[in-house]
Amino acid sequence: MLSYIIRRILYAVPIIIGVNVLTALLFFYVNTPDDMARKVLGEKNVTPAAIENWKRDHGYDLPSFVNTEEPGIRKVTETVFFQKSVPLLWFDFGRSDRNNIDIGQEIRTRMWASLAISVPMFMAGVAVNLFLAMMLAYYRATYIDIWGVILAVVLMSVSTLFYIIGGQYILGKLLRLFPISGFDAGLHSVKFLVLPVIIGIMASIGTGVRFYRTVFLEEINKDYVRTARAKGLTEGRVLFKHALKNAMIPVLTNVVVSIPFLFYGSLILETFFAIPGLGSFTIDAIQSQDFAIVRSMVYLGSILYIIGLIMTDISYTLVDPRVRFE
Amino acid sequence: MLPAGAPAEAVHRAVYEVKVREGILYQDHPAFALDRDGNPLYRGLANGDMAGIKNVSDFKVKGARELKADDFIYQIMRLADPQVESPVLSILEKYILGLEEYAKALRADLEEIRAKRRAEAGFSYNQAADEKENPIILDYRKHPFPGVEKIDDRTFRIVLKTKYPQFVYWLAMPFFAPMPGEAAEFYKQGALTDRNITLNRFPVGTGPYMMETFNPNMEIVLARNGNYRHEPYPGAGEEGDAEKGLLRHAGAGLPFIEKIIFKLEKEAIPRWNKFLQGYYDNSGISSESFDQAVSIGSGGRPELTDDMRERGMRLLTSVRPSVYYSGFNMLDEVVGGYSPEKQKLRQAISIVLDYDEFISIFNNGRGIGAMSPLPPGIFGHKEGRDGINPYAYDWDPLRNKPVRKSLDEARKLMAEAGYPGGRTPGGRPLVITFDNSWTGADSTHLINWYIKKFALLGIQLENRTTDYNRFQEKMFRGNFQFFSWGWNADYPDPENFFFLLAGPNGKVKFQGENTANYSNPEFDRLFKRMENMENGPARQEVIDGMVEILRRDAPWVWGYHPVAFSLFHGWVENVKPNAMSNNTMKYIKLDSEKRQAARDEWNRPVIWPVAALIAVIIIGSLPAIITVRRRRGLGRKAR
Repeated sequence: MLSYIIRRILYAVPIIIGVNVLTALLFFYVNTPDDMARKVLGEKNVTPAAIENWKRDHGYDLPSFVNTEEPGIRKVTETVFFQKSVPLLWFDFGRSDRNNIDIGQEIRTRMWASLAISVPMFMAGVAVNLFLAMMLAYYRATYIDIWGVILAVVLMSVSTLFYIIGGQYILGKLLRLFPISGFDAGLHSVKFLVLPVIIGIMASIGTGVRFYRTVFLEEINKDYVRTARAKGLTEGRVLFKHALKNAMIPVLTNVVVSIPFLFYGSLILETFFAIPGLGSFTIDAIQSQDFAIVRSMVYLGSILYIIGLIMTDISYTLVDPRVRFE
Repeated sequence: MLPAGAPAEAVHRAVYEVKVREGILYQDHPAFALDRDGNPLYRGLANGDMAGIKNVSDFKVKGARELKADDFIYQIMRLADPQVESPVLSILEKYILGLEEYAKALRADLEEIRAKRRAEAGFSYNQAADEKENPIILDYRKHPFPGVEKIDDRTFRIVLKTKYPQFVYWLAMPFFAPMPGEAAEFYKQGALTDRNITLNRFPVGTGPYMMETFNPNMEIVLARNGNYRHEPYPGAGEEGDAEKGLLRHAGAGLPFIEKIIFKLEKEAIPRWNKFLQGYYDNSGISSESFDQAVSIGSGGRPELTDDMRERGMRLLTSVRPSVYYSGFNMLDEVVGGYSPEKQKLRQAISIVLDYDEFISIFNNGRGIGAMSPLPPGIFGHKEGRDGINPYAYDWDPLRNKPVRKSLDEARKLMAEAGYPGGRTPGGRPLVITFDNSWTGADSTHLINWYIKKFALLGIQLENRTTDYNRFQEKMFRGNFQFFSWGWNADYPDPENFFFLLAGPNGKVKFQGENTANYSNPEFDRLFKRMENMENGPARQEVIDGMVEILRRDAPWVWGYHPVAFSLFHGWVENVKPNAMSNNTMKYIKLDSEKRQAARDEWNRPVIWPVAALIAVIIIGSLPAIITVRRRRGLGRKAR
């Protein structure tokens, strides 16, 4: 297994470099260092000299990828790409272009807010979806199953924004059960998290239940289930003990790859609920053209994605002894 | 010494002598903490010294000291530090004696240090990483700076190269707030910057409040500064202030509130709802909530709706010192130029672009049509008949208000301009390009409004929406014909609006703020005269002349001045709109008991619908559960 993981990590290196090059290319194409300088320096009284000084102070006066004016290895090291992107390899994210904050420190701080909402939402979401899907499978061919599927289709057709605005209006404003938005430190945050977690789960139910129901229905028509029933096991035991265990491969494919992204938070929920997590951090950086933060978050995203894929592969071996690393 | 009111050309040096009041203390702060030997306690901090420190308040020992003239001098020198990236340096260099040379010297010092570090480190040098760990501290005393002069511990002088009456406004801005050298040194430590404990996040000052929590992603908490000097609530105000109850607390010590919490709400809907629930003391009004909060009364005055009135809210409105305008590129061959024909073309467009209608459709009536660049409240602005733009409006004596000139008059002007029916002499439709960076939800409606208005004259308006970066680039290069932009005043003086149209500030030629690239020698001459005059009849006369030139040339369609609407709950006292001043929090008083009572009353949870929903789900599921149980039971029995 170790050699497999090492091989996968080595495969990831060119992907990560490629992502970095692509991000830099795209960003500089859409948003030149001059644009960034203007954005940071404000709209008033921005002189060309001030723009040049800003670029020099922030290391954007260098050529993007090759510095023909420098000798030897400096042709590569004295470039924006090398100076800004290479330190990412050892997770030195540097400082924000806009307000000079330490990005690493900010990620470490905001990560907890993102996790505070995404972990309960994810865990409760998976549990609720699995439970409801199994219930539909259990009550298959009854009106509960039919209406459950119809409801799931309706739920998955509705935009997340609708859940958010509707949830805030009904549960927050009309019924006054939860705060409409906000966040606080420590345990005080719980009351603020209930509503976004409920809404997050609601938004995932449609897709999740339909997917898992299909997985379970496929599973309960297999021979081993028929055998289990023939042996006289109750339907609940057949479903929850045997079918669930064997349906884990598609479930894990869906679930494990998402785990690393819990750090990344939820872009829309964090914005609407004023949760100071990494999702809103990324959105703000894109809006303010802060390349340093965008670069860091894209890099972090690519690392998390690769981790998610490796974790998924490993998890297969845990639930299905037939899967082996070659 | 010259007499007051001496012409600007006669002034060789303008000297401002500032006296610092005795006994003003800084807030308690670790930057001032001293060890037993009287040396700064928290200097040379390493990462190992920072255990448990996430915030300035986490430092155990704090100190304070008296405000001195040196602190003001230090701050003015600091403006020239390239690492500070002061946005006003380029302006102040024009006025403060020696500031430009001083800034260049500091820049040279910085470059020299960087070059040295780079040479020592070799090819692996990374400027950002190095300066993060080892911030560069420039020696401000190394170079002469004749622009500031210390007289004694409580007196200093600022020397200007020329007469510049508006400088007093600059002195009131945060750029000139005193900066203790200890604070700047304290924050220039790698161990602190690594934890985002920086000067711009935790400023040091002498004001009524100090930063307690700085988490701009969630909240900013200001706490009362225990060292704040005694400042009484004012006993005199403007006309009508006493009747509004604004002078009730005259003589009471400021500030009134112990703690001010600013919460970040990114979305308008939750912010508005939380205001209605009483969790926020005040709120602006977004377009979506406008009808819920405000209705227009019979006299055209905005009034609170009954629902808002019942909640005890108050509505305060004020015209902002801003102008949103559309402009022509005066360097353009078609829409620019100064001949009578070109003037008539722009005047015709000014008539059809009915900004009163625009305000009504897109701004819920929150604005007033502009007659010149000067908003109400700025010296030189004129109301009523004397204040109308005679090229676009007539005065209606019956209704006692200005009335926009007719479409026929605009079409007549078009014909006189050489574009009868909006056609060029060659018979082709006149095409004008419209550059903007409007990409929001309303942008299509906005752009269509412009297109329709131009179409009234037969002009084909070609929209060229781009992102803001490209839009700015076009403005810098002069690659545009017609555009839309705005200006918020830096300070309440007509100079701060007229300079937007002064020739030497042309965007294309001089990279200034005159985006229309307007250049009229007569206007520039009057501007030069007006900018150094004191407010009074003579200055008004010059301004009238300038406004007349502008209205005739019409480089801008004057647009509108926005009106800010603010709502306050009944428990908030001593609120008075002031768009120019940022230090009004200290006057505000709250009745926190009344607030809590309102919150309790307005936010009682309603639980029965949830219980009902659960009951419906259970009852609705029962038949299926029973059926399946029966089916399974029968199955087992059959087996």
